[in-house]
Amino acid sequence: MAASAKPARTGFLSKDYFERMTWVDWVLNALRVLILALVIIGATNTLLSGKYTLAQWVSLIMSGLAQGSIYALIALGYTLVYGILLMINFAHGEVYMAGAFTAYFIADWTAKSGLLASAPVIAVLIWVIVAALVSMGVAVLLERVAYRPLRGAPRLVPLITAIGASFFLQYTFRGLYGTGFKSYPAVPIIQGSVAIGGFNILIAQLVVFFSALVLMLALYWLIERTKMGKAMRAVSEDKEVSRLMGIDIDRVIVFTFLLGGALAGAAGVINGLYRPQGVNFFMGFFPGIKAFTAAVLGGIGSVPGAMLGGIFLGIIESVGPSLILDGLGINSANQLKDVIAFTMLVFVLIFRPQGILGERLKEKKA
Amino acid sequence: MALLEVDNIHAYYGKIHALKGVSLTVEKGEVVSLIGGNGAGKTTTLRCISGLIKPTDGSVTFDDDVVADYAAHELVPMGIAMVPEGRGIFSKLTVQENMEMGAFYRNDKEGIKQDMEHGYHIFPRLAERRTQIAGTMSGGEQQMLAMARALMSKPRLLLLDEPSMGLAPVLVELIFDTIRDINQQGVTVLLVEQNAHMALQIANRGYVLQTGEIILSDNAASLRKDPMVQKAYLGID
Repeated sequence: MAASAKPARTGFLSKDYFERMTWVDWVLNALRVLILALVIIGATNTLLSGKYTLAQWVSLIMSGLAQGSIYALIALGYTLVYGILLMINFAHGEVYMAGAFTAYFIADWTAKSGLLASAPVIAVLIWVIVAALVSMGVAVLLERVAYRPLRGAPRLVPLITAIGASFFLQYTFRGLYGTGFKSYPAVPIIQGSVAIGGFNILIAQLVVFFSALVLMLALYWLIERTKMGKAMRAVSEDKEVSRLMGIDIDRVIVFTFLLGGALAGAAGVINGLYRPQGVNFFMGFFPGIKAFTAAVLGGIGSVPGAMLGGIFLGIIESVGPSLILDGLGINSANQLKDVIAFTMLVFVLIFRPQGILGERLKEKKA
Repeated sequence: MALLEVDNIHAYYGKIHALKGVSLTVEKGEVVSLIGGNGAGKTTTLRCISGLIKPTDGSVTFDDDVVADYAAHELVPMGIAMVPEGRGIFSKLTVQENMEMGAFYRNDKEGIKQDMEHGYHIFPRLAERRTQIAGTMSGGEQQMLAMARALMSKPRLLLLDEPSMGLAPVLVELIFDTIRDINQQGVTVLLVEQNAHMALQIANRGYVLQTGEIILSDNAASLRKDPMVQKAYLGID
């Protein structure tokens, strides 16, 4: 029945494709061609001009990979919660901020007490634990106070609440910790660079990438192999049947927020290792939005999607300005990385709303 | 006292008065069938028993415990398991993972393993498909999985909602044979069916539900001979 009202898309090769195109299709296709042309022209121009050396490209990719791993860790928080509650937790950036901001004070203390110099690994582990605990606490509090009472309300309601909660958290932490910008202390052992295959790569970037990788593998194992992980997947598929299996839905939801919080807190510290400056009550806003973009890019609700989307966004954002915008003759392209990121978000929403790995929403879920 | 006592329950769906004072009992060891047409309130009755919804009036008592005092997930360890209408398997999980979810409240690894093997013994077809994603199986196999999964919680009372729905006659036969076997192993069964013919064959007693009210109750053999039941539910004139 629905098929007659909305003809199924049959692609280019079908005979009547051009007859069936509406003006919206024309505009979208023109847009596709335009983007493709711009990307190709920009990239060829840049590569032919030889403005950047291979070493510079490698360093751009590495910084994208490091930034992308951080996006991925935060994006997992969005996607996990969405998978279970079909809700975007727009206060997740603040969950990240809460952990990162609080851990700064611990970090500062470890630096001043000399622990950071004498036992750097232990010191950083302490930062991570503190950040993860604080973020987990904030995430669970959010769920309990802001979202649980609204479960079953129209979907716009928790969304608005999330934005409200986000402001509430920003200004609570502003009140607690003040308005100034702080910087994480530098960790001596991760300074400098190593030569790999003839390229100099910053140690900090490798540390960021591999610690994020370990966390993601741990998460994947947890979701695929443990009882609680399986319960999470069950609940995300069918809450009512999960209850009939004896699964306490509330416990699974709290667990999901705990996981997202732990990853966000860890991401806060990992970010601090890489870029120590900029610790502030507002620090969660941009990473939050970017990670949300990454989650949508990869396919919201999909765990591998969030990982892939984060890394993809990080690399595009880092390489894109030099590769594409530079070649199109745009000045100081490096300042336009946010433009690239959000343009990507818009294009994903237009051309592939389900994201890279996401599945099309079924009626039931949508 | 009966294992399950449903006493004069009322339930609403929005403004629709779905159950208007339904009462029934299920004794330990019985198979009881609840038959009735579309929209008679059969599923709603089961949902009240499994704790998914709370009746607005009246009470459900299971083994001297008032069901409304517990959340649905707390009733599973107490011994109530339900196979919902449409099977309700987790289509993205494997067969094995579905079975594990059935045993969610249990922590005895050895016992779970044994019961899982027992489930695969009852439905050998599932054993071949342990690692298969459940959603890729046929309707009949999914029904088998739903039942095997429900047994993983070691229920004393098994609630079955339309187990024959959408299945080929051969499979319906198999499912009902299995229900009888399960009952003989000591599990009490409350069966909701539109397929009154099959339902009354394996049941000890039956209830007929119409527009939210029990209009008839008797032992299964007498119900099968009842002229009204024959005309309305068995297709015999």
